[in-house]
Amino acid sequence: MAEDQNKILDEVTGGEYKYGFHSDIDMETIPKGLSEDVVRIISAKKNEPEWMLEFRLKAYRHWQTMTTPDWAHLNIPEIDFQDIIFYAAPKKKPELESMDEVDPDLVATFEKLGIPLDEQKVLAGVAVDAVIDSVSVKTTYKETLAEKGIIFCSISEAIQEFPDLVKKYLGSVVPHGDNYFAALNAAVFSDGSFVYIPKGVRCPMELSTYFRINAINTGQFERTLIVADDDSYVSYLEGCTAPMRDENQLHAAIVEIVTMERAEVKYSTVQNWYPGDKDGKGGIFNFVTKRAICKGDYSKVMWTQVETGSAVTWKYPSCVLQGDHSVGEFYSVAVTNNHQQADTGTKMIHLGKNTRSLIVSKGVSAGKSQNSYRGLVKVAKKAENARNFSQCDSLLLGDQCGAHTFPYLEIVNNTAKVEHEATTSKIGEDQIFYCNQRGMSTEDAVGLIVNGYVKEVINQLPMEFAVEAQKLLQISLEGSVG
Amino acid sequence: MNIACRVVNLQEEYTKLFKDQKALLESGAPNKVNALRDKAMAIFEEKGIPSNKVEDYKYTNLQPYFKGSLNLSLSSEAAHANVTNHFHCEVPQLETYNVFLVNGWYSEQNEKIAFPDGVVVSSIRTAAKDHPEVFEKHYGEVAPMESDAMVAMNTAFAQDGAFIYVPKGVVLDKPIQIVNIMNGETDRLAFQRNLIVVEENSQVKVMLCDHTVSPNKFVINSVSEVYAAENSVFDVYNIQNQHNLTTQVAGMYVHQKKHSNILTNSLTLHSGITRNNVRVTMDDEHCESHVYGLYLSDKNQHVDNFTFIDHAKPNCESFELYKGVLDDSATGAFTGKVLVQKDAQKTNAYQSNNNLLLTESARVNSKPQLEIYADDVKCSHGATVGQLDDEAMFYLRARGISETESRILLMFAFAYEVIEKIRVEPLKEQIRGLVEKRFRGEFDKCDSCVVCGQAGNTVSCL
Repeated sequence: MAEDQNKILDEVTGGEYKYGFHSDIDMETIPKGLSEDVVRIISAKKNEPEWMLEFRLKAYRHWQTMTTPDWAHLNIPEIDFQDIIFYAAPKKKPELESMDEVDPDLVATFEKLGIPLDEQKVLAGVAVDAVIDSVSVKTTYKETLAEKGIIFCSISEAIQEFPDLVKKYLGSVVPHGDNYFAALNAAVFSDGSFVYIPKGVRCPMELSTYFRINAINTGQFERTLIVADDDSYVSYLEGCTAPMRDENQLHAAIVEIVTMERAEVKYSTVQNWYPGDKDGKGGIFNFVTKRAICKGDYSKVMWTQVETGSAVTWKYPSCVLQGDHSVGEFYSVAVTNNHQQADTGTKMIHLGKNTRSLIVSKGVSAGKSQNSYRGLVKVAKKAENARNFSQCDSLLLGDQCGAHTFPYLEIVNNTAKVEHEATTSKIGEDQIFYCNQRGMSTEDAVGLIVNGYVKEVINQLPMEFAVEAQKLLQISLEGSVG
Repeated sequence: MNIACRVVNLQEEYTKLFKDQKALLESGAPNKVNALRDKAMAIFEEKGIPSNKVEDYKYTNLQPYFKGSLNLSLSSEAAHANVTNHFHCEVPQLETYNVFLVNGWYSEQNEKIAFPDGVVVSSIRTAAKDHPEVFEKHYGEVAPMESDAMVAMNTAFAQDGAFIYVPKGVVLDKPIQIVNIMNGETDRLAFQRNLIVVEENSQVKVMLCDHTVSPNKFVINSVSEVYAAENSVFDVYNIQNQHNLTTQVAGMYVHQKKHSNILTNSLTLHSGITRNNVRVTMDDEHCESHVYGLYLSDKNQHVDNFTFIDHAKPNCESFELYKGVLDDSATGAFTGKVLVQKDAQKTNAYQSNNNLLLTESARVNSKPQLEIYADDVKCSHGATVGQLDDEAMFYLRARGISETESRILLMFAFAYEVIEKIRVEPLKEQIRGLVEKRFRGEFDKCDSCVVCGQAGNTVSCL
């Protein structure tokens, strides 16, 4: 019986990565390696103003003084930064009118991924910014959004067109010296999205960025900046995939969110970078710094993430709750299989009065993977009546994997109420038996139980994403029923 | 001989102290103790006194406390010089086998107690002579000096401590009470190294009572190693009652064999800077361990409980509960690491840490951790920080109970969860009483078993 189960588990968790194709797109790259010159080249290629170059150089110089962080529960082989191409962009063809603007190969790539770039055929009502390798290739629905005064464009464009806004907020949430990978990103970031929602505007559609690493040997360093002014609302989605390759590729991104008074930002990620093959060969190293600051009173930030890809995930979307009555929420599902390693969680830093935060983290480990939750809840001296509840559950499928929780609670105010709960368990034989008895196969039963287990988080995702996330979960777990 | 040392740069001076005084450190000490010194010193030299940059000591920077002018007694005579012991530490209704240690040295004034059935309680120096096979087999085997600089430091400097041996199949009728007294006219640094061996099918309960009786600054680094053999039952209650100038690093390292059942309870009732390291290794199947702690802190006290439960083998169970009440500017910290190793299937591990913050300047850091490498396990941990429940307060107030009384009632109910785990009835009553008094603010007029109350002593709670 147990063997049968293992077999089914293997089948269920052994699914193939279906986004592993590679498109032949004419790419423009710069030579491998990192130096001050490379930083200058990137800046020059993007025709950036002087202050931007200064920002990059400052970050680069700071990065040189830093060392790779080793505190995470991860086993990361040394990364040779001289063996990485820091800039790769699809070669631009002469610009055409309207919708033929985009290279058909690119459109085909995104179609394969199910991303609607072609506005006229789109009914989905999602504005998309597609980033391939390092460069934003197309932003849809720009005009519709512009009518409401919403700015949604690539960050390079924003640097040219809205330098004041970018200058004011870039690096204000994640400073250039924040951590090793943030410094690296600040020095070499190539593109990303910029969103500005003006006062009192409720963004009528979901904004979305789709990231794709395509070229070989490249690293992807994107930077997203979202500013929500007073009383505004936006929901933002992010998706990522990469081709299957034998060598590891580096992805070091930064997301900064600023919310003003009574503004609300919902940021959802479905991360499905290539996780490497069954033996742990290849895959993306995913080092991401995501941080939101609730600047204004009554503001709200909600992070939702479904992490199924990447060989190594190092990611802690955080909320700095500065405004009084501000709210931070974090919902996460992290699934690891085969040789994947994930060390992910959140930081909730309560600074303002009556701030609240909620953390729901669900880890699922299968195969030989290691899955860790690492989180910090900090209540500062002046954060009267702060409230936090954290729940971190781990589900183990198989006896070779590991599930770990490392919560940190630092409380300096006696009016705070902070609770943390964590459980670790496997799917009970009685649960499977119950389903079997009602005519379900063990495989379906496991699927059902896992889905029920992560439901709390999936429910927070926008509709289209929720469906995708559920499918992704099934693929990631294929072959690991235990 | 007393050595006065002035410590400014920690590593250098402690290393120098070690090198200069090596002959004295070694004189009269058992061979096995001396054999480990050099290796331990090498580890200590490399790691140094932990600051908060060391992850395991993140919330307690020990460095400042190990600096300054401190006296170290390198012989039993020196430790006992000018120290007269009028101290009594008694629990009403509880008879114990009572031995004293003064400034880390086994007191020669201890009466000869007739222990039943071959039970031995002595100084480790005597033990090494009388029971070399037991001593050599277990000394230095349980406490991990490679991973903890404070254990390494203790191993390098330790000269004396208590030794308890309970032979096969003996169930000791009364608890053994080890009273550790810090006394003297100068500020002191003391090391103490205890070894407790509980053989197959035997049972023993040990009380470690830590006291300070003179108003000097004391810095204590103690390590206790416990070896619990098959089917043994072992309880240890560490009752810490020291004044505010005390810095104590107390290590309790337990190694469990098949079907053994152990309980440790760290009761920090009064202290200066306290760091309790508890490490339990379940090295065979069907072990059960209970790891508890209660800390009541006020003024500028700091209590840091660091626990590490190692589920190395399948079918073991562990229960962990730490509760703290922090008043004034007190700070508390808790780290609970539970490791379930690869083949330790059918493990059950429960851990909980709850804290009450009573004032604006009290603070607490809690770090429960689970590291799990097996799938058929049930593990949970929980941590909370909060205040007294308003609704509960209202309930009591509505029934005509005064606000102060309601508060005391609720705080006491909170703390009692740990007290009720004590498996020695009279001791439970005693602690119950002490805790209640503590909450009532009557601590200054307490019984004989606390910091300031013993007859004829003028020491006040500093």
